[in-house]
Amino acid sequence: MKFGVIRFPGSCDEVDAQLACQRVGEAVILWHRDRDLQGVDAVVVPGGFSYGDYLRVGAIARFAPVMEEVAEFAQAGGLVLGICNGFQVLCEAGLLPGALLPNVSLRFIFRQVELEVASTDSPFTRASALGDRLSIPVKHTTGRYYAPDDQLARLKSNDQVLLRYAQGQNPNGSLDDIAGVCNEGRNVFGLMPHPEHAVDPLTGPTGGLPIFESIRAHVGERTRALA
Amino acid sequence: MPANSASPAKHRELGLTDSEFELIVEGLHREPSDTELAMLSLMWSEHCSYKHSKKLLRRLPTEGPAVLMGPGENAGVVDVGGGLGVAFKVESHNHPSAVEPFQGAATGVGGILRDVFAVGARPIAVLDSLRFGEPATSERSRYLLDRAVGGIGHYGNSIGVPTVGGEIYFEGSYEQNCLVNAMCLGLAPHDRLIRSAAAGPGNVLVLLGALTGRDGIGGASVLASAEFGEADEDKRPSVQIGDPFAEKKLLECCLELLDSELLVSLQDLGAAGLTSSSSEMAAKGGVGLDIDCSRVPLREPDLEPFEIMVSESQERMLCVVEPGRVDEVIAVCERWETLATPIGEVTNSGRLRVLSGGEVAADLPVEILVDDCPLYDLAPEAPAAPLYAPPPAVLTGRESATESLLALLASANIASRRPVFEQYDPVVQSRTVRRPDDADAAVLILPTGEAIAVAIDGNGRRVACDPRRGAAEAVYECAANLACVGATPLGLTNCLNFGNPEKPHVAWQLTEAVDGIAEACDALGVPVVGGNVSLYNEAPSGPIFPTPVIGMVGRLPDPERAGRLGFATAGDAIALVGELTAAGAAGSELAKLRGAAVAGPLPPMDEHAVRDAHGKVRSLVNAGALHNAHDIAEGGIAVALAECCIAGSIGATVTLPEGIDPFAEAPGRAFIVSGPEVALRGLTIIGRVGGDELELPGRLKLAVSDLAAARERGLAQYL
Amino acid sequence: MRARVLVRPKAGILDPQGQVVERALPALGFSGVRNVHVGRLIELDVEDPAQLPEMCQRLLTNPLIEDYVVERVEPVESATADSIGSLPGGQTPGVGESQDAS
Repeated sequence: MKFGVIRFPGSCDEVDAQLACQRVGEAVILWHRDRDLQGVDAVVVPGGFSYGDYLRVGAIARFAPVMEEVAEFAQAGGLVLGICNGFQVLCEAGLLPGALLPNVSLRFIFRQVELEVASTDSPFTRASALGDRLSIPVKHTTGRYYAPDDQLARLKSNDQVLLRYAQGQNPNGSLDDIAGVCNEGRNVFGLMPHPEHAVDPLTGPTGGLPIFESIRAHVGERTRALA
Repeated sequence: MPANSASPAKHRELGLTDSEFELIVEGLHREPSDTELAMLSLMWSEHCSYKHSKKLLRRLPTEGPAVLMGPGENAGVVDVGGGLGVAFKVESHNHPSAVEPFQGAATGVGGILRDVFAVGARPIAVLDSLRFGEPATSERSRYLLDRAVGGIGHYGNSIGVPTVGGEIYFEGSYEQNCLVNAMCLGLAPHDRLIRSAAAGPGNVLVLLGALTGRDGIGGASVLASAEFGEADEDKRPSVQIGDPFAEKKLLECCLELLDSELLVSLQDLGAAGLTSSSSEMAAKGGVGLDIDCSRVPLREPDLEPFEIMVSESQERMLCVVEPGRVDEVIAVCERWETLATPIGEVTNSGRLRVLSGGEVAADLPVEILVDDCPLYDLAPEAPAAPLYAPPPAVLTGRESATESLLALLASANIASRRPVFEQYDPVVQSRTVRRPDDADAAVLILPTGEAIAVAIDGNGRRVACDPRRGAAEAVYECAANLACVGATPLGLTNCLNFGNPEKPHVAWQLTEAVDGIAEACDALGVPVVGGNVSLYNEAPSGPIFPTPVIGMVGRLPDPERAGRLGFATAGDAIALVGELTAAGAAGSELAKLRGAAVAGPLPPMDEHAVRDAHGKVRSLVNAGALHNAHDIAEGGIAVALAECCIAGSIGATVTLPEGIDPFAEAPGRAFIVSGPEVALRGLTIIGRVGGDELELPGRLKLAVSDLAAARERGLAQYL
Repeated sequence: MRARVLVRPKAGILDPQGQVVERALPALGFSGVRNVHVGRLIELDVEDPAQLPEMCQRLLTNPLIEDYVVERVEPVESATADSIGSLPGGQTPGVGESQDAS
């Protein structure tokens, strides 16, 4: 399968995401000004500080030409994974519900955190079992997940919360310990932790690998079904 | 000849002595213009000319088999095999950080990153060395710590370069003069390394990056003071503001320009802005340059030529391009949303000419800017009485070993750095094999499958006690840190932070320290590939502790086997490698807590024994024989053992050899290692890993959780 | 015209910046301070003020988490006098009227 990782000016973790994707498939970099998604099976909107996080995190990147294509791709059921700044961009773009607010500590936090798989019913978590613990680092200043009450209720009843910070591990004050949510169609997923920094035993725990493996399994199945 | 000769009184306000001004007039056969005087005063400042340290620095060894680029370039470069080089340099940003700690520290990081990508290397790691006053008693020091750490994180995190290590010390002598030193490492294939020498008359000088404003125009604003009214706030020099987003684009842009082989040479703009970068490029290439100020894109209107030439606006680079390739350069820059403006050309005149709307604002021989500044001999004199007052005592000296250990772990200099490191991203770029707290040195994997290690060190109090041995210890301790992860040193960079060198006692500290570094480098066979000097760090109460900061880079064959700090496995034997018998109380952390005088001598250094100990640990780590390795430094062997226990969340029982004080210090000379007993054959076994307490029978016994709690609290309480 | 968009966290959303300031002021001896919120100020010259609400909705603010007010700013001769200290009292309500984002 083929991943496309978007590069905005100010992206920092796009090469890391590409390396992580390459553990399970092919991966190319997609330039923010290009409208061609190069026939990829899944899009990763990576971490970093697109457009310097100026104005508001993710606010400017969502208007990049490539994001129009990503919106269409998502509309058609394509898989989109937003990591950290990518999650912020997808929320700003309205592809995911909610918004990310400054950490309660108001500080940048790097920390290896434990996550709990809250739903396996998605192309991003299907390789895990419910309640599995994944050790993945977070690193952000604006990662406090927020959704208004009605939206939050809908998220929960639709089983859209895929990952939660394990008890006592919530690093930023996110509502309901939410670390990652998907859209109603379950094909767009955003999370604050960085799974691409948890795939190589040489550099740390490998809690991020199941997410990339889930995507590969899903795309593989779909491809076989179409064939 | 340029018009508007500067009035003779102005040179003093710009920091030039009368005799220096006379030399300038003699060299030019006329008086300099305002613009020329502004340029010369900066180029002849200590910061640019190293006039009080250059002669001394010649004592440092700079050659070694791995050196690809030595001192004099934007950064030194060592070969790491596989056709790759690692560029690195440490630099101070002390004074700007004291004025505005967040932006000062941020632009310090921005500046050192530019030094590294100016030689064609992609920045892959940042480390920081910070010094502040005592946080327990100084609100200002807590503020500086908080904001400087925030600024470093802001810049490094946003630009996507991991901060992989660093060190912080708190001492009263830094109360008025905090130190913010930043080190950067970069990686480049040999054939992308580029020098800064301008070449090829007719080639075009292109300015890349941010707009030019009145940032950091310090002393030179004196030149305009006659024109500035009191209320003319807009024309005051301003604090430099860092824009990591602009630098990120500039970085990617420069690397793409180099990969496309579009540049003849490249140089960053740092202190003294265009003046320094252009004159150094011209001097190295033996050419002249014409710069047209009116073509420099400005952030605010009406900058005078002298302001344009000395502005320290951040995120700018200067490059030389063949005329036929300027359009391609501009196209690459547009892709990265980075401004590229031809502002001049290379000439064969040997002169730096500054033009402005048809007028000649400056016309100077390049050598008068770069080479003609007089170099001064120091007049060192050992002080007869102590230079520093003893610190206030927080321990009486009658405490038990248990109480002393807990006090040390909770002291600001030894406590956990986690509250600081958590504000930095250590993993971006996916190279980090050992993060802060994992090991004594950071370890980064290379594309070759091998790895490099890097550490930064420099305990100013010990240098204050005994400048020669204290400075040598900093080098040995860096090398010891590298040995703990299995790395062989390739080269080092230093930042010499001292007081006023014109004072005999500071001159003595500086001379002794440089000699100490040189001796240690010779003993270990490690060359100095670059560095920086920050002098005049003085307050009315006296100079800072002499603080040479050493950053060392090494290479290890197998990152899988890179050493770790924490004890790992119950039942492992613990061995002491190296000599601790000479360790003493002088300069130690416990002596500080007890309010002892800042006085030496420090223990002597047996070079052969130290080399032998380093070699032993390195080869054991590389053989995969050990489960942990940790050097014994601040707080002595008791603190080192506690750190191994805390990092591994496991206890240990250790019987110290006869005559070893648990808190005596002799950094750089000895190690704690652990592993299966068979692997430690021939070493001095002193104990075993296991349980959940650290016990030194007959001396102390403490739960690891209590040790961890004390260590965790020490710094966190101030942030 | 010159416009000023004042953006602040939506009522009811945890505003840690505001809380920090609210805690810091009493520590400096200022009593009776409540309801502190820290937001953002965006100034811009616009040819067509009628477009301001849409600019705010689409880019300048995130209506999910932020409220905003648009103000018209009269050009001031000496800019420095006003930019230091608090916002001047008697603000001219902006384009039409102040409005909160929905």
